[in-house]
Amino acid sequence: MGSRKPLWYGLGRDQPMVSNNVSDIFTRNLSAVSAVVHPVASLDETLAYAVALCEVRTSGCLRPGVAAPGLDGPLFHRLTALCADRGVRMVQRNLRRFSDGFDVGFTLADYGIAETGTLVIDSSSEDLRLATMLCDTHVVVLPLSRLRATAAEAAPELTLLMKHPPAAYLAFITGASRTADIERVLALGVHGPLALHALLWEDR
Amino acid sequence: MPPKDLKTYRREVAGALSDRFLRRAMDNFAVTYRSGRDRVFAGMDVETLVQDIARLKSLAIGQIDSLLEQFKANAERAGVQVHLASTAQEANAIIHAIARDNDARRVVKSKSMTAEETGLNRYLEDRGIEVTETDLGEWIVQLRREGPSHMVMPAIHLSRHQVAGLFGQVTGKAQNADIEALVKVARRELRQKFFDADMGITGANFALADTGAIGLVTNEGNARLVTSLPAVHVALVGLEKLVPSLDEALRILRVLPRNATGQAISSYVTWITGATECTVSPGGRKRMHVVFLDNGRRDLAQDPIFSPVLRCVRCGACANVCPIYRMVGGHRFGHIYIGAVGLILTYFFHGRDRARHLVQNCLNCGACRSVCAAGIDLPHLIQEVHARITDEEGHPLKGLLLSHMLTHRRVFHGLLKTARALQPPATEATPYLRHLPHIFSEEHRFRALPALAQRAFRDQWPEIRRRTRSPRAHVALFAGCLQDFVYPKHLTAACDLLARLEVAVSFPMDQSCCGLPALMMGETRSARQVARMNLEAMAATGADHVVTLCASCASHLKNTYPALLGSNPALSAQLAAFAERVVPFSVYLNDILGVTAAEIRSPATSVTWHAPCHLCRGLGVRRAPLELIRKAGHRLLRAAEEETCCGFGGTYSSRFPRISAEILSRKLDDAIKTHARVLVTECPGCILQLRGGVVKRKDHLLIRHLAELLADVKR
Repeated sequence: MGSRKPLWYGLGRDQPMVSNNVSDIFTRNLSAVSAVVHPVASLDETLAYAVALCEVRTSGCLRPGVAAPGLDGPLFHRLTALCADRGVRMVQRNLRRFSDGFDVGFTLADYGIAETGTLVIDSSSEDLRLATMLCDTHVVVLPLSRLRATAAEAAPELTLLMKHPPAAYLAFITGASRTADIERVLALGVHGPLALHALLWEDR
Repeated sequence: MPPKDLKTYRREVAGALSDRFLRRAMDNFAVTYRSGRDRVFAGMDVETLVQDIARLKSLAIGQIDSLLEQFKANAERAGVQVHLASTAQEANAIIHAIARDNDARRVVKSKSMTAEETGLNRYLEDRGIEVTETDLGEWIVQLRREGPSHMVMPAIHLSRHQVAGLFGQVTGKAQNADIEALVKVARRELRQKFFDADMGITGANFALADTGAIGLVTNEGNARLVTSLPAVHVALVGLEKLVPSLDEALRILRVLPRNATGQAISSYVTWITGATECTVSPGGRKRMHVVFLDNGRRDLAQDPIFSPVLRCVRCGACANVCPIYRMVGGHRFGHIYIGAVGLILTYFFHGRDRARHLVQNCLNCGACRSVCAAGIDLPHLIQEVHARITDEEGHPLKGLLLSHMLTHRRVFHGLLKTARALQPPATEATPYLRHLPHIFSEEHRFRALPALAQRAFRDQWPEIRRRTRSPRAHVALFAGCLQDFVYPKHLTAACDLLARLEVAVSFPMDQSCCGLPALMMGETRSARQVARMNLEAMAATGADHVVTLCASCASHLKNTYPALLGSNPALSAQLAAFAERVVPFSVYLNDILGVTAAEIRSPATSVTWHAPCHLCRGLGVRRAPLELIRKAGHRLLRAAEEETCCGFGGTYSSRFPRISAEILSRKLDDAIKTHARVLVTECPGCILQLRGGVVKRKDHLLIRHLAELLADVKR
């Protein structure tokens, strides 16, 4: 006897099981708004991913490759080394200088909300905020331990972030910058990033 | 400038109707919006979500002052200056003073309806400040020096070619009409503006009292740049945006983007608490100001009738589903605020002059109410504004005549009989009026008008009435003017069927017009008077149910009578019992009597259904008529826009005949696409409109009332 395959096998009707696991719901909802969602095993992998998205430019070109204002410690040193290795310019501070933007903004999300596929980023630091706005591609790392099913469930945690003194700038980001203002045709990247990549990091 | 009279307004509307791009864009949008909305709400209990928003917003509106106080304390603690402007002028002056104090010459703005309301751009520009709108659609309309034509999609009235031409002028080089490329032009042109600006101005979707934070819902991300790059940020916020905490805002956020654009959430939702880090500002922190705008909102919050309008969350859905908006676009359907809620807000924020003609441009079809995120009874409030304006300005002769007629039943019915005696030369022995009496102009010729019937139903009643020996039930028939005097056939068909089903029928002679036409003309007092008359006439019969074949009468008797007469406590018990007993014909047959297929089996034909507005949305009746059509053995072919209004709207169709004609024409096209032989409905107003259109267009489509269809029983 051969393997027992369902009757519709090969007819193109084999549908993937719809999973209701929170991270699958998150992935489904964020992918639905033309964002790229990838699982990653380690933070090192996320750094390599971000650097790989940068254009390799001839020396002398001033447009930065990666802006990563939130990084410090060993992660910062590893990213610096990776960038140096590939000839990519990395910037961290005073991002206002770059009105023409940069290839990649690299940030860490504080929370994820599965029901809408939303990344929540505490953007109170000006540089971090600008990293998420002036880049062509925004690469966000979401530790899965920070994923919540609904916004309502996350509300107390979000309120804490909002109340953080002296002031707070909390961003819900669900996809790239988009508009449908001309003939209701969807176009990405009108003001902010042209693309959003979410990297789901299994940190547990 | 507001149109100086109704005629001028009609002429402006006619201009919009002949804009072919607008026609096509709006038709596409009307259809895709509905399907997109259905999809994004799939599996959710929308009604409960909406009721929840209505409740939480009502609570917040009731405590605006204490929420404001709380917001102010929290925001000030976080370094924000909070202002309260009582008028639009005052808000503009405050913002101008902030600009002056900070030596701001260049301002970038993200979209704010509240700033449109106050005319902020013009105010600042007149004082030498450069203001750049950065939302793509707003920037386009700003460059064209016009206002937005939709609250969410400001440039929906423009084609890519128009935008390409405009961007060509702005950049000084020709631009292709390629949307992606045009979006990139805007990105490039506007990017430098953000960096050069001294001050950013936004609105806010939420102001959270417990944190002093504001919430901004956007897709483009321009509000993020506006609030991040310049050293100064001013948010202009209507007082009704105050909510207690993030919790309420998140509940609204579940509905707002779904209802606005069919998105589960917008690309960006930004929460700003206090003066955040800003490296170009002295001291390293943003100079942040929140300017709350009253402009009549606190008075409105106290108004027992109109306070619900403050629940509006500005999603724009009421425009998206409005058949009139679809025909004329936003520039002719609101002053600043657009759509159904715009007709109401225009009166309160911009005055009677701008609202006078607008509020008459409503079909009362209820499509807006059925999608409102905050559950506002928009058509009712539009009628109330109309009535208020009529009271303030004096009642026009037409309304007074109508009022007099309706409240004196014998005069009214006498006049109708005189009119019938005079009409034969005009109809030339056809059942339609060929030569319109002079009160009707050219514009009314889009449909043939029916003649008055030879004998009104009330005159035939003595011969029709039957004694049912042992009736299984007893109903009182409420005829309504149109069926009594124009379509008595509907009623005789119903009487036949009811007699066959052994139901005893009473027809109280003292009944008159239901009063809806009076209400639609702003004549509330006479509407109340005829309601009393009908209430008494029907009560006297002692019948189990009051059955009506007119959906508009039914919804008016059932939904509006309690509100109209409710202030009289002596009537409340009687009213409740009455409203309970009023049922549309289909519901009576199908749900109450429970007729079987065997009892109404007819010679089969193919049938499509037009759901009268006042039946499907007014009374929530959707299933009963369809089940009856199937039980009778007909092939039911559903039309794509089954529930879209036919454009009649009672007196509406003679007030705005061109719009009515356009809506009718789309309705008939939609029915014809089904290839059904018969178009069935359950309201004589729809029949007048649909049959009149079919006769004029020479369509091969039979228009029948459900009662007529069901009376064709196989014997």
